[in-house]
Amino acid sequence: MAHSARRDSPELPDFSLLKRLARDQLIYLLEQLPGKKDLFIEADLMSPLDRIANVSTLKQHEVDKLYKVEYKPVISTSDQLCFLIRPRIQTVKWICDVVNADKAAGKFRRYKLIFTPQKFYACEAVLEEQGIFGDVTTDEWAFYLLPLDDDIISLELPEFFRDNFLAGDQRWVRTAGSTLHLLHSIYGPFSKIYGIGRCSKMAYESWREQVEEGETKARQAEIGNVFLIDRDVDFVTPLCSQVVYEGLVDDIFRIKCGCVEFGPDVTSSDKSMKVMLNSQDKVFNEIRNEHFSNVFGFLSQKARNLQTAYDKRRGMDIKQMKTFVSEELKGLKQEHRLLSLHIGASESIMKKKTKQDFQELLKTEHSLLEGFEIRECISFIEEHINRQVSMIESLRLLCLLSITENGLLPKDYRSLKAQYLQSYGVDHLLTFANLRQLGLLVEQQPGETLTVMESKVGKLVNDKTAGKLTDAFSSLAKKSNFRALSKKLNLVPKSDEEYDLRVPRDMAYIFSGAYIPLSCKLIEQVLERDGWTGLEEVTRLLNGHEFAVTGSTAGSSGADSRAKNDAQRIVLVMFLGGCTFSEISALRFLGRERGYKFIVVTTAITNSSRLIEALLDNHV
Amino acid sequence: MLTSLLLLKPDEEDYWNSSKFKAFTFDDEDDEFSRLKESKQAVNSIRRLVEEDDDEDDVEKVSWSGEPVGSISWSVRETAASNQRTDREPAFPKINADTPTVSRSHSGYSLSSLFKGETGDQFSDSLSDSSVRLYAPELRKPKSEYKDYVSDWSPEETVHRMQQGKAVSLEKFRSLQDKLLLLDFSISAHDGNVITAVTLFTITFTVLFRELESRQTALRHFIHYLTETRDQRLLLELLRALGRTEDIALLQYKEHLSIADENKRRDFLKSCLSLPFSPEDSAHVQDHYTLLERQIIIEATDRQAERGGKVEIFQKFPRRASILNMPLITTLYYCCFYHYTESEGTYSSPLNVRQTFRISEKQFFVTALAARAKLKAWVDVDALFTSRNWLGFTRKKSPLGFHRVVDILQKNSAPTQVLQEYVGLVDDAELRISLAQKHKCHDIIINTYRDLKDRQQLLGYRGKVERGSVEERKINELLDNPQIRWKN
Repeated sequence: MAHSARRDSPELPDFSLLKRLARDQLIYLLEQLPGKKDLFIEADLMSPLDRIANVSTLKQHEVDKLYKVEYKPVISTSDQLCFLIRPRIQTVKWICDVVNADKAAGKFRRYKLIFTPQKFYACEAVLEEQGIFGDVTTDEWAFYLLPLDDDIISLELPEFFRDNFLAGDQRWVRTAGSTLHLLHSIYGPFSKIYGIGRCSKMAYESWREQVEEGETKARQAEIGNVFLIDRDVDFVTPLCSQVVYEGLVDDIFRIKCGCVEFGPDVTSSDKSMKVMLNSQDKVFNEIRNEHFSNVFGFLSQKARNLQTAYDKRRGMDIKQMKTFVSEELKGLKQEHRLLSLHIGASESIMKKKTKQDFQELLKTEHSLLEGFEIRECISFIEEHINRQVSMIESLRLLCLLSITENGLLPKDYRSLKAQYLQSYGVDHLLTFANLRQLGLLVEQQPGETLTVMESKVGKLVNDKTAGKLTDAFSSLAKKSNFRALSKKLNLVPKSDEEYDLRVPRDMAYIFSGAYIPLSCKLIEQVLERDGWTGLEEVTRLLNGHEFAVTGSTAGSSGADSRAKNDAQRIVLVMFLGGCTFSEISALRFLGRERGYKFIVVTTAITNSSRLIEALLDNHV
Repeated sequence: MLTSLLLLKPDEEDYWNSSKFKAFTFDDEDDEFSRLKESKQAVNSIRRLVEEDDDEDDVEKVSWSGEPVGSISWSVRETAASNQRTDREPAFPKINADTPTVSRSHSGYSLSSLFKGETGDQFSDSLSDSSVRLYAPELRKPKSEYKDYVSDWSPEETVHRMQQGKAVSLEKFRSLQDKLLLLDFSISAHDGNVITAVTLFTITFTVLFRELESRQTALRHFIHYLTETRDQRLLLELLRALGRTEDIALLQYKEHLSIADENKRRDFLKSCLSLPFSPEDSAHVQDHYTLLERQIIIEATDRQAERGGKVEIFQKFPRRASILNMPLITTLYYCCFYHYTESEGTYSSPLNVRQTFRISEKQFFVTALAARAKLKAWVDVDALFTSRNWLGFTRKKSPLGFHRVVDILQKNSAPTQVLQEYVGLVDDAELRISLAQKHKCHDIIINTYRDLKDRQQLLGYRGKVERGSVEERKINELLDNPQIRWKN
C-alpha cells in the first residue's frame, strides 16, 4: 500500500490458540473410542480439518483409514466406524443406511457420530426414526472457529446463509452465540457491542445468556469492541464484481479455506498447484488489498528489485558469496517463486476478463449503483441472457438491478424472467421463487405505486435526479431502499471527479471508486458516533434491528490504560451470512485510516457466485 | 415420523450426555428452587434468570459432548475462575430480539387467537389471568404431581436446558396448552435447534397444523425440517392445510427433477399443468411440457438419422450430447444448427420453435447467428441481416448492435474478410476503429480516417502497416489526393 499505517496501531490477538483448542478436543473425542477405527469425514470438513491437524495426528490416535463421506455404501472392514460430520439430516440418513445395512448383514460394529460444531435435535430425531438411536453414540466437537489468517476467522458454515435467510431456520443462532462466547472468554471481556439485523440481535441474546450462565474472569481484554451484522442488511456489496486482487482471485479461482488451486495456465507448467493465500505470503500480502489496476505495476517493480538483488552476487568474492547463499538466496528464491505465481495469476485474470467484456460489465454495475441509464442496463442484461452467457452472472445482474431499483417494473420482471427461463431452463422457476422470497429479485407491487411513479417521474426529468425523489418519498416506501440509503450515506461518489486508485481516499477504491460498500460504511459510521445516534433515518431505511450496548464490566478491571486503550481499538466484526474479500479489504483500509484493527469473523467467505448458487433450486 | 418425538425419559439420559456425565439428582430442594424462581418471575414480569442453579456447576463442564475435558489449555482457563462466581448484575443488557418475549407477545400466545375455531372459547375465559398461568403453570397443579417427575422444569427452564443440551423430559407437556406454551417459549428463545425439536414434539397431529399459522417462526422450522427429511407427503398436507397453493404447485413441480426417464418426466410435467400456479408460471410450465415433448420426438428422429449415416450434417458434426432436457434456447440453437432449412411444418424447424414458444426477434436472431456462424455458413449469416427497403435496395439491418455481431462472429472464428464487413457497419466511429484495430481490418481504419479527414492519424497508421503492402499504397494514394480537405 502506498500510504503508511498509523504507527500506534494495536497488535492483533493470537488466534492460533483456537486451532490448538479444536485439535485438543478432537483428540479427546477420538480417544473416547479406543482401539483402531476408520474415520469418515464430511467432504467440506476436510479442508478445515487440514488446517488444524494432519494425518499423523489422527494416526497417532488409532485412526486407521480415512474416508470422505460420499453417500455410498461403505467398504470398510474395521469394526469401529467414526463419523466426523456436520449436523445435516442427509448425512445422518446415510449413516442410518450404513448401520441398517450392517444389521441386515449380521455385521457387528461400533459407531460413533461426532457432530461439529454442535448436534441438532432434528438429527437425533432421524436416528430415532430410523431405529438406530442407541446403536450409535453421538458426540459434539465444538470446532466453531477456524482462523484463516491473522485477521480473518471463519465458521466455515456456508449453509448458514440459506438456512437462516431463505428457510428462516434459526438453528445456527446458538452456534453464532457460542462462537462469540468462545471469543469473549478467551479474548474478552468485550466492552461494547454494536449490531444490526434480526439474526445479529438473536445471536447477541444467545451470547449474553451464555455469558450469564458461565463465569467471568477478571482478565485483560484483547478485543474491546464487537460489531454484528446480518448479510441481508447489505446484499448490494456481495453482488458486485470484485476488483481488488484478493477478491478477484476468489471470484475467478475460488479460494477455499484460505487456499487456492492455480491451474496450469497460471503455473506455466503442466500441473496445478495448491497455494495458501495469507499474510505469510509476502508478495500476496502486499497486493491483496490493491485495486487490480495497481497490481501489475507493483509486480514488475518487485521483479526488478529481485533482479537487482540477484545481480548483487556479481563481483562477489568467495566469502561474500557464501554469506549471500546462506543468508539471502533462500529468501530470494522463495520470493521468486511467489512472484512468478502471482504474475501468472494476474495474467490469467487479465485474459479471462478481457474475453468476457469485463469493462462493459463493470460499466453496467456502476450505472446500476448510480441509478443512471437504467434502460441501457436492462438491455445489457437482456443480451447477456439472450446469449446464454453465464447463468449465475445473469442472475446476479438481475438481482443487482432489483435491489438497487427497489424491484423491477412488472413488465420488465415478466419479460426478463421469461427470457431467463428460455435461456437457462424452466426449472429455474424454483430459483425465482427463492429469490422473491428473499427479496433479492422482486417486481414492484401495485401498492408501491409511489415507487413506480417516482421512478417514472425520475425518468422524465433525468435519471440522476431520481435519487433525490426517492429520498423525498422514502418515508412511504419500504423494501431495500438502496437509492435512499446511498444518498444518505454518500455511498456513490460523484462520478465526474477523478479517482486515483493508487492513492485511495475512501473505501470506494475497492469498487474502482464507484461505490463505498454499505456494510463497511455502517461500521465506520457507528464506530465514529459510538452508536446509532444520528443514523435514525438510515436504520429506518434498513428496517431497524439496530443495537448498541455497553457491558457493565467495561472499565471495571484495573489494568493499565494503554493496554485497555489498545483493546478498544481492536474491533471484531462478525458477518452473519458471509462476507466478501472486498469487504475485508475495505475494513483493512478503514483500520489504517482510523487507527483501528479489524478482525473479521464470518460464517463463511462469500462472493456473488456463492451467494447466488446458494439460492439455485434447479437441481434435486 | 411425527411419532419420533424427542421424549427423553430419565433412563435415556445417557444418550444426551457423554459417558462422562456425572449423574446429579433433582432433589426437593431443587424443586423448591425452581418454583421460587417461577413465582419470582411471574412477579417481575419477564426478567431473565440471573441467579444460577448451583448444582449446574458440575453439569456445565461436561454438557452434551463431555466437552472441554480433553483440552488442557481450555480446562485450565475454564476451571481457573470457576470459584469466582458470585451473584451479580448481568454483564450485558438484554435487548428485544425481534420476536417479542412471550410475556409481551400477543400474537405469540394470545389465547383467543390460539384457540379460535372449534376448540374455541372455553379456554379464553378461564385464562384471563394468563400471566400467572404462563409463568407458573406448575403452581396450579396438585402438589402430588410433582413427585412423579424426576425433573420438573417449567416450560421456560425446559427450553433453556435444551439450549444447553442438558437432559429434559418433555413427556409432561401433554395438554394442548402446555405444548403450545412450550412452543412459544422455544420461539422466544430464538434457538432454531430447539424450535425444531419442540415443534416436532408439539405438532403431533395434523389437526394442530393450524396452530402453526399463528407461529410463523415455528412453521418455518417445521417446513424446513420436512423439506430436509424429504417428507413430501406431510409437507404437502401441511401446505394444503395452510392454503399455500402456489407453494404446493412449485413443490410438486420440483419433483420432476428426480425423474430420470424422459417419457415419465414428460407425463409428470403434463400432470403438473393442472397445479395451481400463478397464471404467469402456468404458461412457463406449459412451455416446459411442450418443449420436452418435442425434444423427445426430435431426439428419436435425429438419433436414427445419425445412426443411419445418410444425413451429411450429422456425419460432419456428430452430436455431442442429447438435446433432452436442454433449455429452450439451446434447443433453438440445435435446430438452427441441424435443421435450419426445414419448413415450418416440422417440430425441429427453427421457425416452428420460434412460433410455438413466442421467441423474440432479437433472441431468435442472436441464436441463429451463433449457430450459422459456428457452421461457417456465411451466406446464411449474410441473409439474416438482409432486408429490402421500398426501393428494392438491400441494406443490412440488425436487431443487435453490430459490435455485438462482430463479437459473436469472432468467437466463432470468422475470417477477417467476413468480420470486416460487419465491423464496417458499426455506427460509432471510435468503436469501429477500435474493433477494426482489434481484428486487423485495415481498410476500415483507413476509410474511417479518410472520412474523418484525419491526416495525422492516417500518417500514424501508415507506420503500422507492412512496408510495400496494399494498405500502405492505399494510404499513400489518399495522402497524395489533393481533393481531400484534411482537417489537420
